[in-house]
Amino acid sequence: MTLLSLQGATKKFGGLTAVDDVTFDVDAGSIISLIGPNGAGKSTVFNLITGIYAPTAGTIVLDGRSIGGLKPHVVASLGISRTFQNIRLFAHMTVLDNVLVGRHSRMRATPFDCAFRTPFARGEEKAAEESAMATLDWIGLSKYAREWARNLPYGMQRRLEIARALASEPKLLLLDEPAAGTNPAEKVALMKLVQAIRERGVTVLLIEHDMKLVMGISDYVHVLDYGAEIAHGKPEMVRHDPRVIEAYLGKGA
Amino acid sequence: MDRRVTWLPFGLSRYSGKQVVGGGLIVIVLALLPYLDSNSSHISAVADAGYILLLAFGLNIIVGYTGLLALGFAAFFAIGAYTYAFVASPQFGLHWSFWIMLVVSAAVAAAFGVILGAPTLRLRGDYLAIVTLGFGEIVPQLFQNLDKWTGGPDGIAAVDQPTLFGYNFGFNPTPYYYLYFVVICICLLLLTNLRYSRLGRTWMAIREDELAAEHMGINTTTAKLLAFSMGAAFAGIAGVIYAAKLSTISPSGFDFNMSIMILAAIVLGGMGNLSGVLLGGGIIAMLNFLILPQASNWAHALGTKLNVAFLMSVDLTQYRFMLYGIILVLVMLFRPEGLLPSATVRAELHDAGKTPEAA
Repeated sequence: MTLLSLQGATKKFGGLTAVDDVTFDVDAGSIISLIGPNGAGKSTVFNLITGIYAPTAGTIVLDGRSIGGLKPHVVASLGISRTFQNIRLFAHMTVLDNVLVGRHSRMRATPFDCAFRTPFARGEEKAAEESAMATLDWIGLSKYAREWARNLPYGMQRRLEIARALASEPKLLLLDEPAAGTNPAEKVALMKLVQAIRERGVTVLLIEHDMKLVMGISDYVHVLDYGAEIAHGKPEMVRHDPRVIEAYLGKGA
Repeated sequence: MDRRVTWLPFGLSRYSGKQVVGGGLIVIVLALLPYLDSNSSHISAVADAGYILLLAFGLNIIVGYTGLLALGFAAFFAIGAYTYAFVASPQFGLHWSFWIMLVVSAAVAAAFGVILGAPTLRLRGDYLAIVTLGFGEIVPQLFQNLDKWTGGPDGIAAVDQPTLFGYNFGFNPTPYYYLYFVVICICLLLLTNLRYSRLGRTWMAIREDELAAEHMGINTTTAKLLAFSMGAAFAGIAGVIYAAKLSTISPSGFDFNMSIMILAAIVLGGMGNLSGVLLGGGIIAMLNFLILPQASNWAHALGTKLNVAFLMSVDLTQYRFMLYGIILVLVMLFRPEGLLPSATVRAELHDAGKTPEAA
């Protein structure tokens, strides 16, 4: 079943076409990778899906509903969450509060509930805290729940960002270079984590430069270069595609 | 951090036993203050600290929690005060109930919070500061120049004083003191609730990283407008009590200096932390209403003794904004987190360098 579908998605900035007529489907329960050299337009595709940009042309459909051009907070509440290429945690908030913010769109307390701490707000808060702790436990950070997010070492910050994104119980998780700056041991752990996320029933769309990771976990790979898709297929097929090798290494490599 | 007094009602369960006992003692002393100190000018000064604190609470929501640097906050104070003075003075011959206007003025100020907030939504940092600065200048100017309705620079006199069960507050500072006391206690409970709620986290997430907050499903437009309107509501309440206690208001009481004084209070105490805001507001208010006027008297006495003409006639209250300026500079240089930073900040300073080991 198709969860997310891009049809001819295009984004132009003035005369520059950052994303050029990109079409692909993401099946529910799969792990799909988006690769390509720097500046190929991968992050712009993420930004189109999550609502930072409205597509200049084309459609983006989530679960049968067109989401192109919707605001990021609406897209998030419809079941897409993401992490960022450069970690964007709430640095001066606790690890637990970070995850609780991630749960925002699953909570309903109104400002009135919040100010007067109504029984509803109290109950919801308790349930949210339990669920956030369970998520932290699952990802191995519950020990640090009361630490400030900025005090965590880099690798844990990456995991916390994923925990925060999972807190909203998304249908689709977008990971933007989750392995950037991690050491080999952390990369192995990350591969296991991404597979475990899929086992939780969350579909994963991944931008990644680390080929070992991409080849190891992806069901399907799409390759972008200069905003356009130049190849797609199973990981082993893409790996040997001459166009992909050329895009990454230049002609004659 | 985990030894909270969980059985206490409202937001109090968020505090540790020590904090509750300490806070309780302060509350008891303050509740008995008019019996401990019979000097009514002292009680009046401490009562006036009430509006400084209420303003500091309001500004703390906008600047401390949500991270929006608003410079013209005194405008909302003015709106609250004038709203009450319009309908409770001989100005238009209206004499509406103080208690109802306490709520109505809060709502009016909140509405103006939204009106000011809306055009600033896309602005950040210095741009936001400049726009709010402009608003803070416009509002007192309007009150000054629309003299047909506002009494111009002279303002509005003979503002009604509150009556409770037939007892008129008059010019006796003690009932105002207790009024502020009760209002501040209620506001503190509400603020503590907000701080540890879905909405409080929303505000702080926007302060930390607006883009990431949006991707967590937070409607940043609504959240910022809520911050502006709730912050302004506190200023509106402060304005009503201020106008009633003084029984006269004029535009000069709501100028830029007032905005800066409130900002100095929350920066000094520790932005984003309620105990810090209380402490900072208390210090600034005491400096303003109690210590500087007293210090002038001491200087005069000293001047007479030493026969120094300058000291004999100096009015130290004239120098208060210089003093606030110095406080702002010193705090920023030596203790940018304020005197009482939030618990997490303290924990971080305390455990500096002790980061958890990589898994």
